Amino acid sequence: MIWQEAALVASKDLRIEARARVAIGQILPFGLIVILLFAFALDPDRGVLARVAPGLFWVAVLLSMLLAVGRAFAIETHHAARDGLRLAGLDGASIFLGKAAAIALQLLLLEVVLGIGVIVLYGVDVHGWPIVLITALAATIGMAATGTLYGVLAAGLRVRETLLPLLMLPVLAPVMLGATRAFEDGLGGVPGDAWPWVAMLTLFAALYTAIGVLAFGALWEEGT
Amino acid sequence: MTTELDRDQLLAPVLRRVLGWSALVSMVALVAFGLFGAPTDAVQGDAQRVMYLHVPSAWLAYLAFFVTAAASAFFLWPRTRATVWDRVAGASAELGVMFTALALVLGSIWGRPVWGIWWAWDARLVSTALLFFLFLGYLALRRIPGGDPVGVAKRNAIAALIAFVDVPIVHFSVEWWRTLHQQATVFNPELNPQIHGVMGLTLWIGTIAFTLAFVYLLDRRYRLAVLEDGQEERALDRAIEDRRSQAVGAGSVS
Repeated sequence: MIWQEAALVASKDLRIEARARVAIGQILPFGLIVILLFAFALDPDRGVLARVAPGLFWVAVLLSMLLAVGRAFAIETHHAARDGLRLAGLDGASIFLGKAAAIALQLLLLEVVLGIGVIVLYGVDVHGWPIVLITALAATIGMAATGTLYGVLAAGLRVRETLLPLLMLPVLAPVMLGATRAFEDGLGGVPGDAWPWVAMLTLFAALYTAIGVLAFGALWEEGT
Repeated sequence: MTTELDRDQLLAPVLRRVLGWSALVSMVALVAFGLFGAPTDAVQGDAQRVMYLHVPSAWLAYLAFFVTAAASAFFLWPRTRATVWDRVAGASAELGVMFTALALVLGSIWGRPVWGIWWAWDARLVSTALLFFLFLGYLALRRIPGGDPVGVAKRNAIAALIAFVDVPIVHFSVEWWRTLHQQATVFNPELNPQIHGVMGLTLWIGTIAFTLAFVYLLDRRYRLAVLEDGQEERALDRAIEDRRSQAVGAGSVS
């Protein structure tokens, strides 16, 4: 029941996205230009880029995520869509899971493209695919859950665009840290270090998903 | 005549006065012990005296954020829901951010002569800086007014708890990442301070003085919040009254 409802909400968000093409047309190019700008900032000839590629990749993902979260709640503000969704009688938890899943799927797509960008432009080799994939999945779920939670918290506020980054980035700092360390392992081929970080990312994802399931309903009903 | 607004106090006036004076007295004691009573550190020199302010600030920062989280939880729990918790949470978070900033600045001032650098990428420094931003965001959110006061307070309480849950994660992840900081001296697991007796005493005086000051300031900030809210209501009442008397006046003329 809850999964069915969540799937409905997720498919609604993804369908809107497929028609409006904001993520593909705006957020994805934004992430790519960030990747490009890093190369301007850190001279590509000195081999710095390949060494710091994991961190740059996750910074680019994090910045793009801010836009994706803003977008996920912007679509609810037009034509009183939020009231419509409220009146639909869905459980708060399923709306949370649906919206988080939609954000997570868009982020995963973004990560694939940015990952290709990093491999091609920064000259990075991937050594441990399992680590890279599991890390990306855990970090993405954590980011999507936190983003959905803060998205609804700030939804409807006039200062949303400026407030969201300030609220979300400190909370997501451990995700940024853990994902970067695990990626350093997966990309650099130094085995053994990544798994505690993957465990931390998984814990983070589980914790914030649980908080979202519990708290989203109250925030969704109270908000304007 | 005492109105309901006057009675809305966090602490009884007598208690507050006692608290305020003892905070002041212990602060004076801290200055005396910190500057003159405690011996000069053999290795760090006089720079070490900054610790008498830095350590209590850091302790207060954690205490304040804990109070914010606890008050927020009390507000969210339907049985204990009361405006007092929302105001305490906000007041404590403000003090917490202030003490965090103080701890960071003092640590930096101490670090320059002792470590030779203003800032080190050390676990506790990084997690304290993150803590600062976590609750700065919470304060920014609190400043935004909304329609329904209970709804807004609920939103704020949830935001405080989301931020607070992150504190241990930040702490341990940064700890794994790097560690170079001095081990805790006063609150170390064996509870036997490994420092000169008077130095330890001074640290304790500092901790007590700062804690007393924190409770006193919390009470004052709470009162300010009550008066702010009351002022808004009164301004509305007065405006309505004015309009009414004007209407009556106009009626009598015609």
